[in-house]
Amino acid sequence: MSAYAGTGRLVRLAARRDRIQLPIWILASAAMMSAGTSAVASEFPTEESRITALQGAGSSPAVLVMRGVPVGSDLGALVNFRNLASILVVVALMSTFAVVRHTRQNEENGRAELIGAGAVGRHAPLTAALVLVFAANVLFGAAMTGTILAGGLAAEGALAFGAACTVTGLAFAGIAGIAAQLFQGARAANGFAASAVGVFYLIRGIGDALGERSADGLTVTPSWLSWLSPLGWGALVRPYGQERWWALALPLALFAVCVAVAFALVDRRDLGAGLIPDRPGPAHASRGLRSPLGLAWRLNKGSTIGWVVGGAVFGLGIGSLGKTVKDALGTNAGVVEMMEGLAGGGGPDLVSIFFAAMMNTYGALAAGFVIQALLRLRSEEVGGTAEAVLSTAVGRVRWVGAHVACAVVGAAVMLALAGAFTGLADAASGGDVGVLTLAGAGLAQLPAALVVAGVVVLAFGGLPRLVVGAAWGMLVLSIACGLLGDLFGLPQIVRDLSPFTHVPAIPAVDLSATPLLALTAVAVALTAAGMALFRRRDLAT
Amino acid sequence: MTHAISATGLTKAFGRSRALDGLDLTVATGEVHGLLGPNGAGKSTTIRVLLGLLRADAGQVQVLGGDPWRDAVALHRRLAYVPGDVNLWPNLTGGEAVDLFGDLRGGLDPARRKELEERFQLDPTKRCRTYSKGNRQKVALVAAFSSDVELFILDEPTSGLDPLMEAAFQQTVREVTAKGATVLLSSHIFSEVEALCSRVSIIREGVTVESGTLSELRHLTRTTITVEAGEPLTGLDGLPGVHDLEADTTRARFDVDATALPAVLAHLATFDVRALTSQPPTLEELFMRHYGKEPAPAEVSR
Ligand SMILES: Nc1ncnc2c1ncn2[C@@H]1O[C@H](COP(=O)(O)OP(=O)(O)OP(=O)(O)O)[C@@H](O)[C@H]1O
Ligand SMILES: [Mg+2]
Repeated sequence: MSAYAGTGRLVRLAARRDRIQLPIWILASAAMMSAGTSAVASEFPTEESRITALQGAGSSPAVLVMRGVPVGSDLGALVNFRNLASILVVVALMSTFAVVRHTRQNEENGRAELIGAGAVGRHAPLTAALVLVFAANVLFGAAMTGTILAGGLAAEGALAFGAACTVTGLAFAGIAGIAAQLFQGARAANGFAASAVGVFYLIRGIGDALGERSADGLTVTPSWLSWLSPLGWGALVRPYGQERWWALALPLALFAVCVAVAFALVDRRDLGAGLIPDRPGPAHASRGLRSPLGLAWRLNKGSTIGWVVGGAVFGLGIGSLGKTVKDALGTNAGVVEMMEGLAGGGGPDLVSIFFAAMMNTYGALAAGFVIQALLRLRSEEVGGTAEAVLSTAVGRVRWVGAHVACAVVGAAVMLALAGAFTGLADAASGGDVGVLTLAGAGLAQLPAALVVAGVVVLAFGGLPRLVVGAAWGMLVLSIACGLLGDLFGLPQIVRDLSPFTHVPAIPAVDLSATPLLALTAVAVALTAAGMALFRRRDLAT
Repeated sequence: MTHAISATGLTKAFGRSRALDGLDLTVATGEVHGLLGPNGAGKSTTIRVLLGLLRADAGQVQVLGGDPWRDAVALHRRLAYVPGDVNLWPNLTGGEAVDLFGDLRGGLDPARRKELEERFQLDPTKRCRTYSKGNRQKVALVAAFSSDVELFILDEPTSGLDPLMEAAFQQTVREVTAKGATVLLSSHIFSEVEALCSRVSIIREGVTVESGTLSELRHLTRTTITVEAGEPLTGLDGLPGVHDLEADTTRARFDVDATALPAVLAHLATFDVRALTSQPPTLEELFMRHYGKEPAPAEVSR
């Protein structure tokens, strides 16, 4: 039997499984792109208005971290600047999750064993996953190109934009292919590949923030650091800014290398096993494990440590930018004014304003952590281990509560450490914002992350089969409406829907307890409602 | 006699398909009760209702005198459940899982645990992800039988065990019933049910089609008789209740309805009988009758 036997059948099976999910990723991104394109056209109709906007934005490291670099002042260039960085994250995540879903997760569910028995070659599952994801990325790129063309912009740039999305998605499909072979669980593989997206985003962000501004202030040339990040390569293609076509080869080369490595790993391991062999473990449970809380912590420990370390590294990265911000902005009075407006009031120094703007990003990270921790409730339910626990003397509220407690404590530690490490890096580069101040500023994001947690528990109680989509959708909306709300020019009432909008911008403004207490109250109410719904429903697989 | 489990008229629908359709089940305290039925009959669904994991759409159900939905936590302290598909956490060892389940249930007896681990030859230091199906089942069995509870609910607990382990399982069930515990055992293994169960319920398409002791159930069906006489046997084919008669002059073999047995024996007594064997129906035959030939009442009414 050839190693690739049955690939065609598996591709059809995988396409069927994803017939709703992948189109949603693609269509939602196209809708986001369409909105982004028309918003640019209506908000900045004249060259002059665009130049003013760019000169402000290009000089703000916070904007460069989140948005990438501006490549020019025509309409297309602004569409690129506003959308490309976030669309690349979306396509990277889509590809990552899809590859893991059709390889490692299939193995976990024993589906691969059934498939394997039905005359399917050893390489077939990974090949099928890659074929499907390849097709999805081509469609994704085509959808982006089409959307931009529909907005009436030039074809060359639209093509470059779409192609950048496709090849970036492929690069991350390759990374996920390796992760799926190395790690023993789908969640661990997903976690690793998603952290890769986060780390490369950070590297790209810092690289862009350290980039060099052109004399007219309309473009920024990223520093060498951005060349180290696959998420930076897509932007280095420079759609609508003298396209650099050969940069498309970088992600493709990474894809090819990763695929070769992944197949080599497939040949080296047994179905269902990871590469790291199992050693005998303890014959008895330790004291700490013997309760619902102990179990929840044991199950979450690995990923929690990963997220906390990731948050700290992220904090170090952002903190090290403090001095750059000061140097870049200190001289530009117009920008000072704009940044002060952004932070809602004058007075504080620019570095504080920059850090305040970045704290929302930490909040979004913490929300991401909380979501993935709480989605374990659902995976335990589907996997049958929830049934085993709930048929012992553990009530449903206690079981959910244990997982919520782990998520909340994990998020709090992560936020405090991310803030503290921001302060440490700032101090190391000669800043004086303060470790404790920034730790507190990070912690102030916790109530917003808790609201997201509340929504996850509510969805788990009320709509268990949709909880995964509802949770990540909520996060994307919260980020779009809250963190990026003013970049998108959304009306205040929409921005108020995001919990992150209500967090005071510490350290730029003083701590005010009222919004934080209100957010906490909303979170508690949502969580309680979710628990009540869960108590009332059947366990469903 | 009190009832450990009593359920009447249970119905449960999943979307448009009815998993339970007016099911009745009574399990007396102290008995081992077998739950039989073809795939998809509703055995596991019934058990999940008894555990309060699913809520029945209609019908009454009591477990150990309580409502399994409302009093779930209190009841679960007094019972142990072994699911048909044992799912464990891949990163925990089997020993950790045993301890965890025991403690979540309210404590287990360490000496008993050790004894059962040896009896079932379970290596508690292996990670659960490396266990075979049978070994995962052993983890659940050791955890369940190490707890000192009143009621054991076992859903096809031995479907992955080898014959040696099957014997160990039967020995363990006998030990707990000797101490007064009640066992509800869903199973597809007839020999196991015949060896262990004092009463059985046969369910099909969500309804109980038969319930009683094995001898009561046998009473409802035919016994096979083989007879040899010193003179020609006559008149058997005319007797009511005699089926599938194969006879030469002095030998005969036939099935007889349980109700017709006295009349047939009286008739045979008029001959010079030299040898007679009577074979009660096996559980398998009983079962085939209910599974196979006759349509279930639910089907007729549809
Ligand atoms: N969660 C569910 N959603 C939808 N249908 C279900 C669900 N659980 C069970 N069913 C259906 O209910 C019926 C009864 O299933 P159940 O698992 O109780 O059967 P069973 O008697 O245990 O069968 P087996 O001997 O195969 O274990 C089946 O038709 C099954 O498909
Ligand atoms: Mg079953």
